[in-house]
Amino acid sequence: MEESAPNYLLIIGGVLFVLLNVAAGLIWVERRMLALWQDRYGPNRAGPFGLFIVLADSLKLFFKEDWIPPFADKIVFVLAPTIVLISVLLSFVVIPFAPGIIVADLNIGVLFFLAMSSMGAYSIILGGWASNNKYSLLGAMRGAAQMISYEVFMGLALMGVVLLSGSFSLVDIVESQRGLWFFIPQIIGFVIFFIAGVAETHRLPFDIPEAESELIAGFHSEYSGMKFGMFFIGEYLGITLISCMVVTLYFGGWLGPDFLPPIVWFILKVGAFLMIFILLRASLPRPRYDQLMEYGWKILLPLTLVNLMVTAAIVLMNE
Amino acid sequence: MELTFYVASAIAIIATIMVITNYNMIHALLYLVVSFLAVAVVFFTLGAPFMAALEVIIYAGAIVVLIIFVIMMLNLTNEDVQQERTWLRPKTWIGPALLSLVLLGELAYLVIAEDMPTINNQPVDARQVGLALYGPYLLGVQLCGMLLMAGIVGAYHLGRQKKKVVHRFLERSEI
Repeated sequence: MEESAPNYLLIIGGVLFVLLNVAAGLIWVERRMLALWQDRYGPNRAGPFGLFIVLADSLKLFFKEDWIPPFADKIVFVLAPTIVLISVLLSFVVIPFAPGIIVADLNIGVLFFLAMSSMGAYSIILGGWASNNKYSLLGAMRGAAQMISYEVFMGLALMGVVLLSGSFSLVDIVESQRGLWFFIPQIIGFVIFFIAGVAETHRLPFDIPEAESELIAGFHSEYSGMKFGMFFIGEYLGITLISCMVVTLYFGGWLGPDFLPPIVWFILKVGAFLMIFILLRASLPRPRYDQLMEYGWKILLPLTLVNLMVTAAIVLMNE
Repeated sequence: MELTFYVASAIAIIATIMVITNYNMIHALLYLVVSFLAVAVVFFTLGAPFMAALEVIIYAGAIVVLIIFVIMMLNLTNEDVQQERTWLRPKTWIGPALLSLVLLGELAYLVIAEDMPTINNQPVDARQVGLALYGPYLLGVQLCGMLLMAGIVGAYHLGRQKKKVVHRFLERSEI
């Protein structure tokens, strides 16, 4: 920690403030963009461009009755939504937003991100189990299987980048992309990481754990009020996290031509990926559960392994 | 650094005791996760950040999730908690407790007789772990690989079933 303590606290506070606002704002952005792509208006009545809908939504979530079903396992039921927020927010610790704007530059940054994303699986499993409801349990089981399998490819796809840059630290990874962004040599790794990222955040088309048309709302059927809000915000934070990771690992992080400051480049790139997430939701149907697993284990896993081996061979040859 | 080590180890021990004494399986497994996280912090303070991350990813993040996955499917009720209670009578504690006491005695002897090993803050990074695994411990890695392969083949054999046609509409495409 070279910076002074107040500066350091400012970064933590700033990151937290921006993230929570981005997560809330994304709800509005998503509804507007979905509407645009589906040829309708979306929220446009309250305030300028319907922006006050965010305020109304969060007020509603805060003041709704926070009901714990009598048949639920109380402790675990309360614990589950907190885990998702904690694990996602902790992952942001290692993300370099711009030179110097990072909470902690761990030398195991990539692994820390993977560890935290694997802890996020608990919120789904425990939430679904504690609800004591068969739809929730089904959703939780699907979620658990999905997250465990896609974590494997996610981790292995990341290793290609680690091999090329020779470091687990995200700052080093960004710095080593000065010549060439990694999405060109690691195009397969990038595609697999992005698909796995969509599955990790269980967004459409991979929102099988919640699948509202078959499982009501899956693992969070029984949740209401701010507990539901935490799952909701956790999901949007998860999207932001995966976008940040994709940008950092494959698209040169804050790097870009000099006419804009680094932080602006970072935000622009992240925004582009957030839009892709929303576009995916607007355009793709949900696959069946067994199709999802088959696709993962039979196509993505061999591809990832081949990608990893080829990358390792090329790195070895160039040494 | 030393204080964090002691706090983390204390949490690990308490959480592990809670794992054994808890009658509700899921709660016990949650304590197990806490115990793994505490052990990860212990690794970190001992200067092995790579091991700490792997501990969280593999043990807390994957293995316990799989165990919970299985237990969720068992549909445990209050009766099972009662049954667990009858199994864990004080009588059953005597044997394990005696054996653990012997171990505790040995540990205490070692701590008193030898110099306390000090916490060295020389981080062991991923490179060193890799060199150790593919150097002196290569045989161990290969044996682990064979064991895992055997597990995968066994699981495949147990899980294989004849192809079922889920719906008459799909019958033609299944050939």
